[in-house]
Amino acid sequence: MRSVASKLATALPALLAVSGCAGWQSVLDPQGPESKHLSGLIWIFTGLSAVIWLAVMGVLLVAIVRRAPERPDPLALHMPIERRGVMIVGGAVLATLLTVIGLTALSYFSQRHLYATQASAVVVKITGHQWWWDVRYEGDRPDQVLTTANELYIPAGQPITVKLAASDVIHSFWVPSLMGKQDLIPGQDNELQFTATRPGVYRGQCAEFCGWQHAHMGMFAVVLPREQFSAWRAAQTAPALMPDDPVRRKGAAIFQSKACVMCHTIRGTSAGSRVGPDLTHFASRKSIASATLPMSRGNIAAWLLDPQGIKPGTNMPNVSLAPDEVEPLVSYLEGLR
Amino acid sequence: MKCLLMRVIVIAGLVAACEREDRPLRSDPMLNENREAVALSSTAPGPGAPVEYKTGTRSEYEKIAFHVSQGKKLFTWYNCSGCHGNGGGGSGPALMDDVWIYGSAIEIIAASIREGRPNGMPTFRGKIPEDQIWQIAAYVRALGGFVSSDVASSRHDEIYSHPGEGRLPDAPKRTTGQSGLAQPK
Repeated sequence: MRSVASKLATALPALLAVSGCAGWQSVLDPQGPESKHLSGLIWIFTGLSAVIWLAVMGVLLVAIVRRAPERPDPLALHMPIERRGVMIVGGAVLATLLTVIGLTALSYFSQRHLYATQASAVVVKITGHQWWWDVRYEGDRPDQVLTTANELYIPAGQPITVKLAASDVIHSFWVPSLMGKQDLIPGQDNELQFTATRPGVYRGQCAEFCGWQHAHMGMFAVVLPREQFSAWRAAQTAPALMPDDPVRRKGAAIFQSKACVMCHTIRGTSAGSRVGPDLTHFASRKSIASATLPMSRGNIAAWLLDPQGIKPGTNMPNVSLAPDEVEPLVSYLEGLR
Repeated sequence: MKCLLMRVIVIAGLVAACEREDRPLRSDPMLNENREAVALSSTAPGPGAPVEYKTGTRSEYEKIAFHVSQGKKLFTWYNCSGCHGNGGGGSGPALMDDVWIYGSAIEIIAASIREGRPNGMPTFRGKIPEDQIWQIAAYVRALGGFVSSDVASSRHDEIYSHPGEGRLPDAPKRTTGQSGLAQPK
């Protein structure tokens, strides 16, 4: 019994390590041409480095085990041995040069592909804040512009352009399954282009330490088939639904009269502040507080009552709510689909 | 032995330096039941002086750099500059001079934000959480040089025409009335 348990205990970390390779946030599970290029590079570099390491270790082992024969006269020139030495060293230098040049060329051509720009079907501007992502879909007409938060919906198989900006400190945008990292720097406009081939939900993460809650600055990239994406975009562009029952109507009134309205926008109402995330279609999202909590009625209530307990240091303050105000407010937010 | 003692003292000093000040993230829920009473005048109807009650919240906010810099951020976020123009004044009075209409005490500034004042200052009661009101009040004091330079922030996130509050000269010491009313010049 004990042996089974100990075997399990030793197997578990290995299993965990293997399971980490696939899934919704993995460089080794690429879902687009750009991330495939990157993972190809990773494998080539890792493989080659492993070969070189093994070769060096082998030579070292040989040098340790096999002792050189003693020469009768160390000063006498022994041509065959000298020539062999020159050949070995020369060969090693040549191999190193070829490897370095080869890898540089490989990386150059991959980068050229990664940074080649083409016309994009969707242009999104992502602004990093401590500690959430503002996601804004750009359009030719003002009524096509749409703001959401912590989620990037994109159509499958179409090139996407992401413009990156930051409001406070440097962040880094990274959805490992879809693209490489790119920094969001205050005062500088960065850009990233990628394509996602397979529909699915992929997790992203801020990849540049940005303060207390850097680890809780996640996001989701949702890849949809093209028609579904158009439907999603049309639904999100619409203003918020007016509450139709008395409880939610009361919740809407509470939202408008409390501190909520000082920071958040709900399109279609008089709440229009841009300090916090846009909440127009809040309940249609998969998570609360930048992929910190899964979206659920209980979690909405928890977040409203004690944001500083869940995500200490977040800019969402502890707002005082009367006991009978929590239920209507949660119902109202839950209805913002 | 002496060497060991020295080491212990140095390490203890280093460890103590880790806690420069508390950084309270979750505000006291009782803050919201505000019991602070400030008087703007030394006279009151009837016998006796006006009622003043201080809860001691002041000491929690005035001397903590975290609160002052949070207040600075909130000052921008809640668009105080819309009327007070980064402290220089606009349709609202200037905040970075040492002239106060109601007094320089943090309780009075917090009350001004919470309750509003005649001639345009709106009330933010219920709109701004109580702890944030105190943070903004602490920052407003820093704008006028009423907060010591090791507490006030010494830099800005944006481009400003003046150095950070921590590098501004302190407000001149002046004798003020009971509630901190500025004396007419």
